[in-house]
Amino acid sequence: MKIQSFFLACAACCGLSITSAHAQLRVEITGAGANRLPIAIADFAGDRAITQGLTSVIRTDLDGSGMFRLIDGVGTLSDNPNPPFADLRQRGADAVAGGTTMASNNGRFETRVRLSDVIKQNTLDMQAYVHTGAQLRATAHRIADAIYEKLTGEPGVFSTRIAYVVKSTGRFELQIADADGANAQPALASREPIISPAWSPDGSKLAYVSFEAKKPIIYIHDLATAKRHVAANFKGSNSAPAWAPDGKRLAVVLTKEGGSQLFLVNADGSGVKRLASSSGIDTEPRFSPDGQFIYFTSDRGGSPQIYRIAATGGTVERITFDGSYNVTARPSPDGKSLAYIARNNGRFQLSLMDLATKQTQILTDSSKDESPSFAPNGRMILYATEIGGRGVLAAVSSDGRVKQKLSVQAADVREPAWGPLVK
Amino acid sequence: MRTLSPRTLTLLSATFLAFLLTACGSQPPAPEQNPSGVESRSPSVIETTPISPATTTPGEAIDPLSMKALRDPNSPLSKRSIYFDFDSYVVKDEYQSLLVAHSKFLAAHANMKMLIQGNADERGSREYNLALGQKRSDAIKKALSLLGISESQMESVSLGEEKPTCTEATEECWAQNRRGDILYSGEF
Repeated sequence: MKIQSFFLACAACCGLSITSAHAQLRVEITGAGANRLPIAIADFAGDRAITQGLTSVIRTDLDGSGMFRLIDGVGTLSDNPNPPFADLRQRGADAVAGGTTMASNNGRFETRVRLSDVIKQNTLDMQAYVHTGAQLRATAHRIADAIYEKLTGEPGVFSTRIAYVVKSTGRFELQIADADGANAQPALASREPIISPAWSPDGSKLAYVSFEAKKPIIYIHDLATAKRHVAANFKGSNSAPAWAPDGKRLAVVLTKEGGSQLFLVNADGSGVKRLASSSGIDTEPRFSPDGQFIYFTSDRGGSPQIYRIAATGGTVERITFDGSYNVTARPSPDGKSLAYIARNNGRFQLSLMDLATKQTQILTDSSKDESPSFAPNGRMILYATEIGGRGVLAAVSSDGRVKQKLSVQAADVREPAWGPLVK
Repeated sequence: MRTLSPRTLTLLSATFLAFLLTACGSQPPAPEQNPSGVESRSPSVIETTPISPATTTPGEAIDPLSMKALRDPNSPLSKRSIYFDFDSYVVKDEYQSLLVAHSKFLAAHANMKMLIQGNADERGSREYNLALGQKRSDAIKKALSLLGISESQMESVSLGEEKPTCTEATEECWAQNRRGDILYSGEF
């Protein structure tokens, strides 16, 4: 996948300015889903400078999801309600999207997209988008999201964003990029490490841990205003922020009362109260999507294992039993499974547990996996790993079939966090 | 004309350092500018401001409990690192004399504060390693409090695996990163 070269070509032809000198994430996809739906994304009618950029991003999105098989060579199709169904069927397409882009007021464009069922020969969806030339990629992601949702019944995540930390010589940057790695922008730059970014449920803020004051302190950073405040700076270490689903509170790890222990704190930093107590380490809290439970890592049983406690406190239930190192629990968006990192024969690997049956599956064949993060539709899991001694981001589908790698040249990338669905 | 004794100067500079610490330590460094947000796709970004350490001039006679002794390579106070065994959070006996020297210094400078930074090797979860580094800094703090130092003069924190002194994936290297470091007011 040549996301970067496409982006450069697109920027050149549409007059977009490349605002950042920071290297883009390069996306590489390997593997594919078992039952991919054959779909044709036709060339859209209208100004080629616009439509080529749109359809290229839509195709890359759908192809990269592993849910679709692209049927090429159908040529240009407008949003006309009668695409050549017989020809499309012969080419093996089950669905087709055609579109038309027209110049609108004030230098804007209007793009109409029709999604049709080739077998039933009817319209599945018809959408219109008004956008500027600079909103080309964003519009393409929205179109791909609509197609994805119509055909799979699940929301698409192509319009979502990811956060991650890039380490280069003497510099750490917390960056935000589109889910495909494009449009990377730094939100925070520091000479000291930044870890554990966590998106607020509405996607407007990031909580993270910064070491800029020579100790770990939790900040909450508003992305639209670039203003931030301290959420926890108590004596000792402050780390591992996790948002409650209502966005009003966070579970955090504080050492102010001795040892690394779980606390709840309001997002403005007030109302700190202890959630659990142990004589050892309790860390890496994460709320279940319904807000009822908090999953966390604890060595209370002698080795680091995953436990859960009611968000109101109370008894603690052990979740992992196999092996001597199971950490970094991340419940899936539907709450039914748990992604975590397990150590197997010295290799740290992304694993997935079905919470009802307790069956587990190792999803990767790498050995230094860290920090898993579910896509908001639960389909893919983004995580950090290492290739050739360099930190890269990778994503794997929750069935282990589709694999993607995202890397930045000459830098270490780590601590990914997939943002919520765009409302 | 009245002159200040070196001892008084030392105390004054310690007070000044402590003041600097209180002045800068409690609030996060303010952004240098009010950059616009990520949403606007502008390249603005918050830059954090580094803190520069104090400096000393070599070649002078040094009071063993003075501020300058902290940087005198001949003083035990210049030894700031305590290494731990694999999967261990116990301060080894060989560090007892080092800890005694530091406890005497803290006792002599009631207005000085000590920051103990724990570290862990790189293997495994960053947050779990942060907790392991905390166990090491807590162990050093406990050893010093057993030597009579007040908790209010010390803070134990963790840098986890984030600030390795050695970056190769070898046992020798990992051993160097399983470490606690002692810093004084003005150095953090």
